[in-house]
Amino acid sequence: MRTVIFRTVAPYLTSLMVLFSIFVLLRGHNEPGGGFIGGLIAASAFAIYGIACGVAPVRRAIYFHPMAISAFGLFMSSIAGMISLPLSVPFMTGNWMQLSFFGVDIDLSSVLIFDIGVYFVVVGAITSIALALEERDRD
Amino acid sequence: MAALDGMTIIALGLPFIAALVAPALVRRLGHNAAWVLALFPFFVFVRFLEFLPEVSAGSAITGGFQWVPSYNVSFSWFIDGLSLIFALLISGIGTLIVFYTGGYLKGHAQLGRFYSFIFLFMGAMLGLVISDSFLMLFVYWELTSITSFLLIGFDHGREASRRSALQALVVTGLGGLSLMAGLLVVWNITGVTQLSLLVNLGDEVRASPFYLMALILLLGGAFTKSAQFPFHFWLPNAMEAPTPVSAYLHSATMVKAGVYLVMRMNPAFGDTVAWETILPVFGGTTLIVGSLLAIRQTDLKLMLAYTTVSSLGLMVMMTGFGSEHAAAAGVLYLIAHSMFKGAFFMLAGNIDHEAGTRDITKLGGLRKLMPISFLAAMAAAFSMGGLPPFFGFLSKEEIYYGLWHADPWSIFMTVVAIVGNGLMFVVGFAIAIKPFLGREVKTPKHAHEAPLLMWIGPATLATGGLLAAVFSPIFHQYVSSPMVSAVSGEAEEVTISLVPHIGMPLLLSLVTIVFAVLVYLKVDSARSAIAATLTAIGWGPDKGFDQFVSGMVRLSRRVTKIAQPGQLDIYMTVTFAAVAVTLLAPMIIFDELPAMPAWPADAEIHELAVILIAFIGLGAVIAAKDRLTAIVSLGIQGFAVALIFMLFGAPDLSFTQFMVETLSVVILALVMTRLRLTLSDHRPTGQKIGDATVAIACGAGFMLYLLAVTEVPFRSYLSDFFIAYSKVIAHGANVVNVIIVDFRGTDTLGEIAVVMVTGLAILSLIRVRPGWKPGMLAENDPDAPTEEKK
Repeated sequence: MRTVIFRTVAPYLTSLMVLFSIFVLLRGHNEPGGGFIGGLIAASAFAIYGIACGVAPVRRAIYFHPMAISAFGLFMSSIAGMISLPLSVPFMTGNWMQLSFFGVDIDLSSVLIFDIGVYFVVVGAITSIALALEERDRD
Repeated sequence: MAALDGMTIIALGLPFIAALVAPALVRRLGHNAAWVLALFPFFVFVRFLEFLPEVSAGSAITGGFQWVPSYNVSFSWFIDGLSLIFALLISGIGTLIVFYTGGYLKGHAQLGRFYSFIFLFMGAMLGLVISDSFLMLFVYWELTSITSFLLIGFDHGREASRRSALQALVVTGLGGLSLMAGLLVVWNITGVTQLSLLVNLGDEVRASPFYLMALILLLGGAFTKSAQFPFHFWLPNAMEAPTPVSAYLHSATMVKAGVYLVMRMNPAFGDTVAWETILPVFGGTTLIVGSLLAIRQTDLKLMLAYTTVSSLGLMVMMTGFGSEHAAAAGVLYLIAHSMFKGAFFMLAGNIDHEAGTRDITKLGGLRKLMPISFLAAMAAAFSMGGLPPFFGFLSKEEIYYGLWHADPWSIFMTVVAIVGNGLMFVVGFAIAIKPFLGREVKTPKHAHEAPLLMWIGPATLATGGLLAAVFSPIFHQYVSSPMVSAVSGEAEEVTISLVPHIGMPLLLSLVTIVFAVLVYLKVDSARSAIAATLTAIGWGPDKGFDQFVSGMVRLSRRVTKIAQPGQLDIYMTVTFAAVAVTLLAPMIIFDELPAMPAWPADAEIHELAVILIAFIGLGAVIAAKDRLTAIVSLGIQGFAVALIFMLFGAPDLSFTQFMVETLSVVILALVMTRLRLTLSDHRPTGQKIGDATVAIACGAGFMLYLLAVTEVPFRSYLSDFFIAYSKVIAHGANVVNVIIVDFRGTDTLGEIAVVMVTGLAILSLIRVRPGWKPGMLAENDPDAPTEEKK
């Protein structure tokens, strides 16, 4: 699989896919997309990078252990659910606030934090499986 | 339910607080922390002492709060004579034990931890005896088993300790389950979950067809906890624990929990043929077996342990005997036993601590070196032997009052009691006389009197036994009578005093003493005779326990071998066959197979083309020469399905399907390369047919199931709701995503947790040690060679 063409294109392809995955994640609330799909796209991006250039560069690029990313995602999603507790509304109730950046209104919500958590869980879990399988030796 | 009483709640919680602060205090003060820590149980003691006038006037105190009101579960207490005296014994002796521990484990590196365990136990035991609700009783009951496990295994470096701890936990834990089952049956019979209500429902309980079942289950809990024959074997083994534990848990308090339960149930369960047969038979057997085994021992602690077994037997026997004075005798004996046996254990610890051995044959002449211990031991022996002027005398007189009647059964039980009491008399005086009187014997350490912390406990208990007897009218008024009334369920008055009453009981006491003196003179030959008999039998419950445990291990290994053969193809075949059966069997059995839908007339050409691609993909999988081609061809079929989703207006689903297909092809390919399989698939034809059958059955099952589901008229109730409110409530136009992250967000939270844990599991599977082979033992397997055995 390590042809010159693939190895040259892979980093650009990966970056584009990761970027696209974030786009899909963020637009998910109104258009097709969301954390789960975004996470899958990003995971495939890392898998492709790993197949093309080896596992070590991927591990360097994502810095954290993918399982840690996954666990952090789960933590983040749980916290997003608990935001409602101090506001004395039931667990997981969506809370919204509107911010205005340079004249553009942006809706921020605990739901978004939850969705980002989903994204991290999916990316982390699948990437760690894929990378572990791509590795020939134990690290 | 009475108002919430803060002080009582504090008293209940104090031992647990003490458990928290004990390690820090010990680090700061060393063994002198005992003086501070003893304040905790002392406060509890004083708190319960305040209830004494009210309870002795005949009323019971209840209190607490609702815990789970929907299940009628409360955290509530019920303090009558029985529980109050138990609470006083627990906190009072607990205070002395805290002192004693400070001296006994002085300088021990884990003293703080030991105190924590002791206090945890104290809290659990207090909770047990004053619990009103069944659930609370059960929780505290189990907690005492667990803390007892921790304390027996305190010296966890030794294998004997670990084995004894485990044994105690298994035996009492099984009993705990039996207790819970029994309480559930009682709940079903009577509909109440509170002891305070149960004691008045005796007629209902006794009339129920489930009476015997409930009785046996409850006694299963009581007999294991109180070491009744044939479950007695764990108690002597529990002597592996440090002496304060033996004195506190395994003589004065915890082992009496079973007796407590029996006494508590007496008003509701007693007065039936079953009750008055089972209890005296088991209790009497335990009494005789325990005292015979005690004679055989030469280790002071083991002698005491077996007499504890026999004493517990005596208490159970008296409670179940059913005559007017018998229950009172059980109560008096329980109080006397807690005092003299607690004292005896601490004294055995003192001798061990100061002289360096507790083998009775290697001790002698300590009376001048340890005068206070000697006096306390004599006092305890007098009480244990039932001699005036000690409290044990009163209890023994009462026993004979209760037992003596002119029918064969009573005479038989009286003989049992005489033999048991006589043998315990022998053991008691052997411990009090042999180490202290006679010639001075060279001991491993040069003996001298134990420090104040270590003799204050036994001295107090020994004096208590004397004072309780001398001032018996007051003692009876405040302690014995309320407790006896609670046990028998009606107001009773105990009148027995030190003044000898000429009559049958006194005569029986004299017979006991004569018998005991005769045995004492022949104790060495009696010891060897019992030892020879036991060797001849060669099997006991203790050995049986080992056989039971190793049998369980063997059984589980055999089951594992069948259920977990370790071959992936067997797992896969079983899983998929099970799926196929689950899907197909109900539809076929209940004749609910769906009708085949008609071919859609308006199918567009591009839709047909996509379906064709899916079929080509499937054909390619089957026809593929090597595995990699097959995996990629499977992807073709998956993409075709994703396209169909897209065409029928489910972009989110289709999107996900694309990604999942891509990733599964990648991961499958990676797995295949990693497994280093042969390139192509060489299954014999027979297996191919079998596998194909399972696969087709599975596929057909899913297809039929989905058809059946879609045949049901579609109710748009939920989708209408989601479409209507998605934008309004959840600020999102993408209904699918809004459902995932908002409407059903808690479901998603669960799902992503599953995703993460699955990832973790797969990761560890991939990294399994390469050297592992089937049949190798895991590190924690009991049969694996350990460092110690090498």
